[in-house]
Amino acid sequence: MVFDDITRTRFHSGPLLAAPVGEACVVRSVRAPDSNPDLKSQLEDIGFVPGETVQITVRGFPGGEPLAVRIGESTFALRAIEASCIEVEIISNPGLR
Amino acid sequence: MNEAVVHLHPAGRLAALVGNPNAGKTALFNRLTGSRQKVANYAGVTVERKEGRLHLPSGKHVRVLDLPGTYSLHPRSPDEKITCDVLGGNAVGEKRPDLVVCVVDATQLRRGLRLVLAVLRTGLPCVVAVNMMDLAETQGLRIDLEALSRELGVPVVSTVAIQSDGAEHLQQRLDDHDVWHGLLSPLAAPSARPDYEVVSEMLGRLGLQKAARHEASDAIDRIVLHPVFGPLLLAVLLFLIFQAVFSWATLPMDMIKAGTSWAGDFVSSHLPDGLLRSFIVDALIAGVGGVIVFLPQILILFFFILLLEESGYLPRAAFLLDRLMGSVGLSGRSFIPLLSSFACAIPGIMATRSISNTRDRLVTIMIAPLMTCSARLPVYALLIGAFVPHRALAFGVELQGLVLFVLYVAGVAGSMAVAWALKQLSGKGEVRPLMMELPWYHMPRARNIAIGLWQRAQIFMRRVGGVILVLTVLLWILASFPAPPEGATGPAIQYSFAGMLGHALAVVLAPIGFNWQISIALVPGMAAREVVVGALGTVYALSATATDTAQSLSPLIRQSWSTATGLSLLAWFVFAPQCLSTLAAVKRETGEWRWPVIMAAYLFALAYLASFVTYHAALWLGIS
Repeated sequence: MVFDDITRTRFHSGPLLAAPVGEACVVRSVRAPDSNPDLKSQLEDIGFVPGETVQITVRGFPGGEPLAVRIGESTFALRAIEASCIEVEIISNPGLR
Repeated sequence: MNEAVVHLHPAGRLAALVGNPNAGKTALFNRLTGSRQKVANYAGVTVERKEGRLHLPSGKHVRVLDLPGTYSLHPRSPDEKITCDVLGGNAVGEKRPDLVVCVVDATQLRRGLRLVLAVLRTGLPCVVAVNMMDLAETQGLRIDLEALSRELGVPVVSTVAIQSDGAEHLQQRLDDHDVWHGLLSPLAAPSARPDYEVVSEMLGRLGLQKAARHEASDAIDRIVLHPVFGPLLLAVLLFLIFQAVFSWATLPMDMIKAGTSWAGDFVSSHLPDGLLRSFIVDALIAGVGGVIVFLPQILILFFFILLLEESGYLPRAAFLLDRLMGSVGLSGRSFIPLLSSFACAIPGIMATRSISNTRDRLVTIMIAPLMTCSARLPVYALLIGAFVPHRALAFGVELQGLVLFVLYVAGVAGSMAVAWALKQLSGKGEVRPLMMELPWYHMPRARNIAIGLWQRAQIFMRRVGGVILVLTVLLWILASFPAPPEGATGPAIQYSFAGMLGHALAVVLAPIGFNWQISIALVPGMAAREVVVGALGTVYALSATATDTAQSLSPLIRQSWSTATGLSLLAWFVFAPQCLSTLAAVKRETGEWRWPVIMAAYLFALAYLASFVTYHAALWLGIS
């Protein structure tokens, strides 16, 4: 899988699904697949908006699904389909925010 | 023909509580109105609007509406739609509220304030209640309410819904006439900028940009959601609960049994033999008394369920089981409704309103009755007590508790199989979002647990004194008349209406090992499962020969049934839709007769099949 390649090298930016566990990231953008356009606004409603801090706290087993994701002050359980909608970038110095 | 609908709204001013799920709206509602609506630590506990009356310090009163939680005013699921309809003034039977109380979780300000902005744009007067201020303070969050009020342009008060005086500021505000006719906030005007930007800047000016942390929750989650330890912990937890249901309940159950058997003896020795004595001993004491015995077990089960609900563990269990749910074509959203169904399928079916996908909602409704509801517990407990030996297995595991655990698992496995079969028919390849909040853990509050248990005991006793009593009496009448003909040798019930009905049904049910007494009891048992226990008590009390009527039911059925029959009846109750109110709830929630009819048909078919297999397997294995 393409995500595996990204994780094996150093993850810098990409879909949240591929981000390493425990690494603080920042949301860049949210885009929904054509099959489910509602997903974008649903994710935005629960807090996945540009600039928000996000971090995978637990990755499910087996298959890496579902994910427990810290977004702002709350934690949400997401499936892979949702986590792949969220583009993130690693915060090099988490203390800044 | 169309019917004219006249909406009559009660007089008085109306305030609606609106906020994110799990922000504490219902706790605040209970505090304001003195109600005792169910509260728990997960999203989606409230799925209908509830009304209460608030007495203000000035002596006036207002009506208060508790609404289902929502993340936005774009409804996605039936419960969120209720909230939006009420705010828009489109709800049937309810006027548009005069005021909205926006309940915001102080530790989740960012998300809560985004909803506040959306509510302000509805143009309704608004008061913001920043709830859980105590939690925010322990986390070092200092929220300047004055400044927040200036930013939002509406009054802001702090509340701690779980403290007895925690809603005082809000009550004082609602007593202020101006609040109800407040000026429109400047933020009510449509803005080109996205709400999250507006909120983010606002929090920046208030010095609240930094996200609050909850280290303890994180630490607990590292174990509870661990890929290996998490599922293990869940299994152990559930297993211990079922063990406790049997082992802790022994003493109180023995006391109730001793009490009812004493009452039976007392009446028997003081009343002359006749109809009145038969009514009291066979219908009231053997029937109704036989059901009350199970109150301790029900309370023990609910004690654990309430603990799990209060702590915030339930959504974690849903997280752990999400893969399983996904593989049979359901989303994690179906988990909470299914879990509620362990108490009773009816609130479970209502809780499916939080599922946005119509197909998933219907599948969840259809499998909800397969979750082992608490009404099955008396039936299971009776049969296990009679047919499963009280024996300790290895590692302190007790056989009776193990069988109960297996029955619960059988219900879950059956539901998963049905969901999987339905997935083959429809909804393949659909995208199913999860988006389920994992709230911070709370220490369960003894008061909430006590109220929850008290309410459960009340519900159970009301059923005992209502449907169970009425049907048991009805059955006693049908089983006592007509009187046996002159010179009849067998017990009188054989010649009664109930006896005839039982013998007729037994023709169909004999292949699965049910005798005519069981067949009779299943008929009133359609109203509620526990009725079967009372009905069996009455039937056996009436068929017994003179002396042993005061004996309790369990040894009676152990003597007269084969173990294969007992196990077959257990298997029957895993599947059988022995509950008319559930079928009525399905009709109400789906709006069509088709679904309850299909549900009843498929569940009866499964029950018959399961009993047939169990009975013949038991006979073949020589279990007797």
